[in-house]
Amino acid sequence: MSQTSFDASARLLEQVNDAIAQRKPLRIQGGGSKSHLGRVLTGELLDTREHRGIVTYDPTELVVTVRTGTPLAELEQTLDEQGQLLACEPPHLGTDATVGGMVAAGLSGPRRPWAGSVRDFVLGTRVITGQGKHLRFGGEVMKNVAGYDLSRLMAGSFGCLGVVTEVSLKVLPKPRAVANLRLELDLSQALQKLAQWGQQPLPISAACHDGEYLHLRLEGGEGSVAAARDRLGCETIGLDFWEDLREQRLSFFSDKRPLWRVSLPNNTPPLLLPGAQLVDWGGAQRWLKSEAPAEDIRSVVSHAGGHATCYETCDSPFQPLPAALMRYHRQLKAQLDPHGIFNPGRMYAEI
Amino acid sequence: MNILYDERVDGALPKVDKTALLAELRERLPDLDILHQEEDLKPYECDGLSAYRTTPMLVVLPERVEQVEQLLKLCHEHQVPVVARGAGTGLSGGALPLEQGILLVMARFNRILEVNPSGRFARVQPGVRNLAISQAAAPFDLYYAPDPSSQIACSIGGNVAENAGGVHCLKYGLTVHNLLKVDILTVEGERLTLGSDALDSPGFDLLALFTGSEGMLGVITEVTVKLLPKPQVAKVLLAAFDSVEKAGRAVGDIIAAGIIPGGLEMMDNLAIRAAEDFIHAGYPVDAEAILLCELDGVEADVHDDCERVRQVLETAGATEVRLARDEAERVRFWAGRKNAFPAVGRISPDYYCMDGTIPRRELPGVLRGITELSAEYGLRVANVFHAGDGNMHPLILFDANQPGELERAEALGGKILELCVAVGGSITGEHGVGREKINQMCAQFNADELTLFHGVKAAFDATGLLNPGKNIPTLHRCAEFGAMHVHHGQMPFPELERF
Repeated sequence: MSQTSFDASARLLEQVNDAIAQRKPLRIQGGGSKSHLGRVLTGELLDTREHRGIVTYDPTELVVTVRTGTPLAELEQTLDEQGQLLACEPPHLGTDATVGGMVAAGLSGPRRPWAGSVRDFVLGTRVITGQGKHLRFGGEVMKNVAGYDLSRLMAGSFGCLGVVTEVSLKVLPKPRAVANLRLELDLSQALQKLAQWGQQPLPISAACHDGEYLHLRLEGGEGSVAAARDRLGCETIGLDFWEDLREQRLSFFSDKRPLWRVSLPNNTPPLLLPGAQLVDWGGAQRWLKSEAPAEDIRSVVSHAGGHATCYETCDSPFQPLPAALMRYHRQLKAQLDPHGIFNPGRMYAEI
Repeated sequence: MNILYDERVDGALPKVDKTALLAELRERLPDLDILHQEEDLKPYECDGLSAYRTTPMLVVLPERVEQVEQLLKLCHEHQVPVVARGAGTGLSGGALPLEQGILLVMARFNRILEVNPSGRFARVQPGVRNLAISQAAAPFDLYYAPDPSSQIACSIGGNVAENAGGVHCLKYGLTVHNLLKVDILTVEGERLTLGSDALDSPGFDLLALFTGSEGMLGVITEVTVKLLPKPQVAKVLLAAFDSVEKAGRAVGDIIAAGIIPGGLEMMDNLAIRAAEDFIHAGYPVDAEAILLCELDGVEADVHDDCERVRQVLETAGATEVRLARDEAERVRFWAGRKNAFPAVGRISPDYYCMDGTIPRRELPGVLRGITELSAEYGLRVANVFHAGDGNMHPLILFDANQPGELERAEALGGKILELCVAVGGSITGEHGVGREKINQMCAQFNADELTLFHGVKAAFDATGLLNPGKNIPTLHRCAEFGAMHVHHGQMPFPELERF
C-alpha cells in the first residue's frame, strides 16, 4: 500500500465514544467539498482525512476496499492504472473530495442512469455506530443477502447514521471505446428522442441537453460505438464536457441564482419553472437556476413525480418527507444513533 | 440444532386464541378468504425448503390492499404474528409459517398494473411472476433483468424480500439495482412508498434497506421495476477444463481482460454428468469442470468479445472451447445448467442446495475444502455456481430414508457456509437467511452487529410481529448454537448463561 496509508480508526472510535459520553454532537467531515449540501451543522469536528489508504484491491475481483478519508482522486488514479473505474462517476466538487464524502453524499455523475448510483456499487462498509462500536456490514462479494443491507443504507445518509470508516466498492473495466456527440435539437425533441433510444440497445452512457444542443456520450466496444455514432450524428465534441458537467464547471452553473437539483422520472416533459435549466441523466436529473420560492419549485416537481434539492445554504435543502415516512426515519435514527451525535440536523431538523 | 421456531431461544410468541381471532376476522373482514381447517392449511406448511414444515394457525388470501391494511391493523391490535408469503419458491424457509401466526398469502396480487416503455418501468403487484414481467415488456423490446433460476414461478414480491439474483447479476445487478419504488404496509397497517418513479428519493435509502429484508420490515403491496432494452444478440461459449482450479483461474482472466459477461457459470464433473444424462446438452462428460460464458449486447461487440474470451480460455488451459453454433445450441447449453438441480435430483433420492458466496480467488481452496468435508461426512457434493460473482451452489446428495443422513447433510451444509465466511464470503448470496441459515448468521456476525440488526427491526416493527424468528438470530440462539464468531479474541455474549 502507499505510504499515505494509515489506520486512524482507533482515534475515530475514541472521539465517538467521548462524544457519546458527553452527549455532544459531532460534525463528520472529510475534505469538506460537499459541506455546502444539507443544513448547517455545529458540533465538534470529526476529521476523517487521517484515516486513509486502499486496504485491498484485486482488479480481477472487481472490488476495492478503501478507508473513507482517502482522497477520491487517489482512488480513481489507482483504479485507472488497472484500466478500471468507479462507474457511478461521482462528482468531486472540489480538489479535496474524499471517498467518505462520496458515500455520505451519494451523488453520482452523468453515467448514473445507465450504470447505477454510488449506492449501487457499495458492497460493504465498516461503521462506527452510535453505540460506540466499530462494526462490519456487507462484504467484498457481489452477492450477499445476510442480514439487513446497512451498507447501502449508509450511501446518501450524510453521516446521520454513523461514521463510515471503510467501504468496499464494486469497480468495472473502463469502456474500450468512447465517442462524444452533439446534436442540434430543442429540449422537447431531445426528450422524445431519448425516450425512443432508451428502448433500444444503444451504447449511450450520458445525455445532457444544455438548452441548445443534446450532448451524448457513447461507450462500449469499438463496433457498437462506431455504429451508433454513424446512426445518431457525427459532430463530435471534446471529452471535457462530461467532467465539466459533473463538476458543475459549465457556464450554466456560474449563474448567480440559487442552484436546484431536480430528480424526475426520465420521461417527464420540459418543466415549466422560471429560471434556467440544464437537463442531465437523459431527462431524469434537471439542474435549475431559479429564484422561484422553494414551495413553488417543489410543488411543480412533486406533481411530476420527483423531488428537488436546494444546493444553497437554507433551512430545508432536501424535499420534506411525508409524516409517516419521517416517523420511520426518526425511529431508525434513534436505533442507530440513540444519543444523536452524528451530524444531527444535517438532512432534516428532526434527524 | 433444530431450525424450527423454538420459543426458548427465539423468544416467546404472543398467545393467540384461534377461535376468537377467526370470529373477529370474519366480522371485520367479511369478504376476506380465510382457511382454517387442518386439510386446507396443510398445503401452506412450507415454502421451497420442504424439509421443514409448520402448519399455520390461519391462512388468509386477500385480493385488495385495503384487506391487507385492515388485517395488519387488526393483528397489530391483538398482537398476532404475521408471516407474508408469495409464490412460496424461497429456498431458505423465509416464508415458513408459525403455529401461532397468520400466513398472509399475497399470491392473488397478480396483476401487471402498467408497462411504461418511454419511462422504461413496469408497475406490478407483488404476486406477479418474475418471468411474466419480461413477457409483458417483450412487445416493447424491453425486459426485467434479474433472473433467478425459479423465474418461471417465483413472484416479484418475494424477489424484493430476498433481493433475488440469478445468472445475469454480475452485469445487470441484483433485484436492489433494478427497482425504482416499492409500496409497503407497515406492521401497523400504515402505507409507505419507498423510492419513487425518479432515480432517487429524499431521505435515507429505505428502498435499499427494505430490499432483502425478508418480510421483517413491512408487507409489499406494489413494486415498480426498471426495464432494460433487450440485448441485440447473446452468444455462449462452452469451455472444458481438466481441473477446477484452471477453470476458476480462467474466470479471473476473463474479468482481467476487461470483459463483463452477461452470464458466467461453472459446473464440476458430478454436475456435468448429471445434467448431461438428463438434458443431453452435449456437455463433455470427461471434463473436471466446464465454464459457460454468455456475452450479450450489440452484435459487433459480442463478436469481438467472443474472440477475446476464446483466446483467454485457451491460454488458461481449456481442453476444448466451443461457441454455440446457433440459438438452439445456445438454449441447450443453458438448459443443462438451468436444470442442474433437478438433474442432480435424478441421481440421488434427496439433495440439499447450499448458497454461499466467496471472493473468486478463493475458489480452488474452497472447492478443496468442500471435497475434504464431503469425504468426512460421507456424502457426495455436486458443485454448480455463478462463477462470475462468486456465488456457489454446492448440492449435497443424501437419502432422507437413511437414518441420520438428513442431519449429516445439514451439518455438512453448515460447515460449507462457515468455510465461505472464513475466506471472506457470505452464508447466503441470493437465497436469503430465512430459518435455514439462522444459526450460521452467528458465524458471520458478532453480537454487536446482530444487536444493531435487531435495532433496525425494532425501528419498523417494535413488537416483532412480522415474520418472527427469521433473518436475524437472537443472541440466545447464537449462545446455544455455539458456532460463534470470535471477534478480535473477545468471546461474544459473555453476559449470557450457557445452556
